[in-house]
Amino acid sequence: MTGSNRKRQEIIGNLRLLWKEPLLLVSIIAIFYFLMIFVLFPLFMVFKTSLIVDKQFDLSNYLAIFSKKYYFQPFINSMILGVLAATAGTILGFVFAYAITRTPLPFKRFFRMTATFPIISPPFVIALAAILLFGRAGSLTPYISRIIGEYSIYGLGGLVLVETIAYGPIAFLVLYGVLQAIDPALEEAAMDLGASRARVFATVTLPLAVPGIASAWLLVFIESMADFGNPMVLSGNFRVLSVQAFLQITGMYDLSRGSTLAILLLVPTITAFFIQKYWVARKSYVTVTGQPTGATIKRLEWYIKLPTYAACILFTGIVFLFYGMLIWGSFQTLWGVDATLTLHNYVEMFQVGKDYIIDSLALSTLATPITGILGMFIAFLVIRKKFIGRATMEFVSMLTFAVPGTVVGIGYILAFNQRSALFPFVLTGTAWIITTLLIFRNMPVGIRSGIAALQQIDPSIEEASTDLGASSNKTFRKITLPMIAPAFFSGLAFSFVKAMTAISAIIFVVSGRWNLITVAILGFVDNSQYAQAAAMSLLLIVIVLIALSIIQILVGRIGKGARTVSIVN
Amino acid sequence: MRPDYLVLRSLVKVFGTGENTFTAVDNVNVEVQEGELVTLLGPSGCGKTTTLRMISGFEIPTSGEIFIDGEDVSTTPPNQRPTTMVFQNYALFPHLTVFENIAYGLKIRRDSKENIRKTAEKIMLLVGLEGLAERSPAQLSGGQQQRVSLARSLVMEPKVLLLDEPLSNLDAKLRVSTRLEIRKLQQRVGITSVYVTHDQEEAMTLSDRVVIMHQGKIMQIGTPQAIYAKPANRFVADFIGKANFLEGRIGSLASRNEIVLDIMGQKFQVLVQPDSFSEGARVLLVVRPESVNLEPKKPDTLTGTVQEAVYLGSQMVYEVDVAKNIITVEVANPQEHLVFKAGEEVTISFQGKSLHILPYEEAH
Repeated sequence: MTGSNRKRQEIIGNLRLLWKEPLLLVSIIAIFYFLMIFVLFPLFMVFKTSLIVDKQFDLSNYLAIFSKKYYFQPFINSMILGVLAATAGTILGFVFAYAITRTPLPFKRFFRMTATFPIISPPFVIALAAILLFGRAGSLTPYISRIIGEYSIYGLGGLVLVETIAYGPIAFLVLYGVLQAIDPALEEAAMDLGASRARVFATVTLPLAVPGIASAWLLVFIESMADFGNPMVLSGNFRVLSVQAFLQITGMYDLSRGSTLAILLLVPTITAFFIQKYWVARKSYVTVTGQPTGATIKRLEWYIKLPTYAACILFTGIVFLFYGMLIWGSFQTLWGVDATLTLHNYVEMFQVGKDYIIDSLALSTLATPITGILGMFIAFLVIRKKFIGRATMEFVSMLTFAVPGTVVGIGYILAFNQRSALFPFVLTGTAWIITTLLIFRNMPVGIRSGIAALQQIDPSIEEASTDLGASSNKTFRKITLPMIAPAFFSGLAFSFVKAMTAISAIIFVVSGRWNLITVAILGFVDNSQYAQAAAMSLLLIVIVLIALSIIQILVGRIGKGARTVSIVN
Repeated sequence: MRPDYLVLRSLVKVFGTGENTFTAVDNVNVEVQEGELVTLLGPSGCGKTTTLRMISGFEIPTSGEIFIDGEDVSTTPPNQRPTTMVFQNYALFPHLTVFENIAYGLKIRRDSKENIRKTAEKIMLLVGLEGLAERSPAQLSGGQQQRVSLARSLVMEPKVLLLDEPLSNLDAKLRVSTRLEIRKLQQRVGITSVYVTHDQEEAMTLSDRVVIMHQGKIMQIGTPQAIYAKPANRFVADFIGKANFLEGRIGSLASRNEIVLDIMGQKFQVLVQPDSFSEGARVLLVVRPESVNLEPKKPDTLTGTVQEAVYLGSQMVYEVDVAKNIITVEVANPQEHLVFKAGEEVTISFQGKSLHILPYEEAH
């Protein structure tokens, strides 16, 4: 039999298998349809719109952008911001991860929790705190101007600071996993052969961490380049792509120019994503298993401890300063003018923002379980089933993770403000457009936790249960479910957090009838009502924390001793 | 040959602080001769690896000293000690080739390029790695990785070579052949070595002397023969090989160096060290299973009932109940002996010189 013949036989065999499970077949087709409508179709619409002017194919948008500095500058600016924030964030993350995995730093849990806190809070909250601290009426502004003279927090410098604080923690999580997975015996072996501490670091630790460092760098690059909330608040005259695309569409009503800027944003982020996923990941020497390795080297010299500890304390201090400032600011009568403490901001926030809060909660609560179940189901299909297009399904469903929110948001308004042959409903202005956006945008988190959970379950564990007399139904309930549950719930937790704190894509699809808390905060900031914005941000953080602890308790009840999964990568 | 090439003096290691402490190594004293291979043998948690890590410098002793070639290295950092270690999981640098792994320490030492190449090639030939220089560790078999690890340590010509269960990741057959290779290599190079293992067969075949450790303390130091034939206490007798323990009493002293033993009413005349026992003392007798003879039941002898008889081809193994004591008996070459069945009554006997007498101690 020839190779191609065998291949055809295999495909036919697989088809036959599917045919015997009609339910599975139907769900696979349904998932492909949804992925096409809610992931690919909006992207396609952005491309199409950027290439069509006056109903004709036209490259003039691109020509305009590449020929006029006014349009091209945002691209350069976004790249500069991405590169600087990625570099700073990666260095920060590395030092932090090194301190926690390789030194006897006291209070490690505390440092770790503080360092990762920015991940669960809405990112633009950092920019808001930066304004409260360093803005025109900032608390620290007078002191700093006395030292360095006149400065403005608005612009590249402020943005790099804010993006580093917001996304450095992602680099930390990646590098923490990588450094933890490097066997300390390797470093001991090098030392045993005569290498000094610095030499061990340069010849063993660092080279082994390089793929991880590249990974972390690319992830922070993607995040800070695609970020919308922080630049919207803090970019000033430093124009970046995400904000310019938004302004083109909502301010100038120029959909095609906005789409073109979005495409320009998409190209570098998606390139970085693919480099990270398919190239860097393959270069890795260490497999991150989450299994902590043995003891690390003791008796560290002061010249290692001193700078790493200092960096940890400094960054932790900054996190406290920023969030503390939010609390302090939220009680002031009128920011920069009247510092009398008051509860008035909270009252006003509730009066103005009640509907936003309810909408946010309702839509996130609706989207989260769907995200979780759909993600788990796709993970199940991808890991345990064989069908044509399996790789495609995984690829497409992970795609939204790499696409900047701005691009997705623009795609959604383009795709769903009219009926199309593919999807005969208008979604614009409804709660559905927000919900579906949240579901499909956060689904990669659900899929990732699902895949991690399923890979954790050795099929022989299920076989052992069946072998001991349990029916497959009972095996699923007693063995599989408890093992999947922790990952499922932590997936839920993070999709909820992401839904509650989303802004970049969401801002395009909110409407008068359905609006969200993050958009309201941005509105307050826009009106320079910083105190109210701070109060509302705090409320949002509290909601997120409550949701996380509820899910934590659930996980503790259901999956005793099972590991939860990480949220990045 | 310096008899005190490596000296561990009153070595103590306590882990933990406050009330939550654990004494991993408790007053360990060892002297290792130049060129000697000494094994630290004991069950897991006995402190053997901690001792090795103190010699290498990865753990600092809570108290006590370590001397290598007359020099106190107790507080010398590991990179400045004249020791190299073969790690249990080999700890090969995954980002370096076989050659670069082996050359790593030489490069650190700033040897000339030419010298590094020559030395590394020589050692690769010695351990049988020729032709694999450019491979990455991931492309090697377990046995080859093990040899790279050994070569990487040997090439440094350390004063003391440390081996931390180097064979535990190999399959059984490879383990046997590799341990012979290691022994030959060690003798050829004449390198002073400390070898940690929990496998007694490994310890017996490899070592000049064995240090038996238990709960952080040294139970006995001696040649493999001495440790098997003359265990210092019940733990060693039980840990090394199989042993039957019988209670006895010194019946009378026949002369200064001959005693009459009373074992369950039977008398045995045994030669001992002069003046080592007093009349009437309770003692514990160690009898190896292969030292016990079985015969059909005879009057006025030590008798028992066969409870189990297992045929293993090269030997018969019996469990005999002698007045509620279960005695294991191994009879080699069963074809030349009478074979007994379960339930049969037998007479057991042994030669006085295959008895080893210990002061009485309770079973653990």
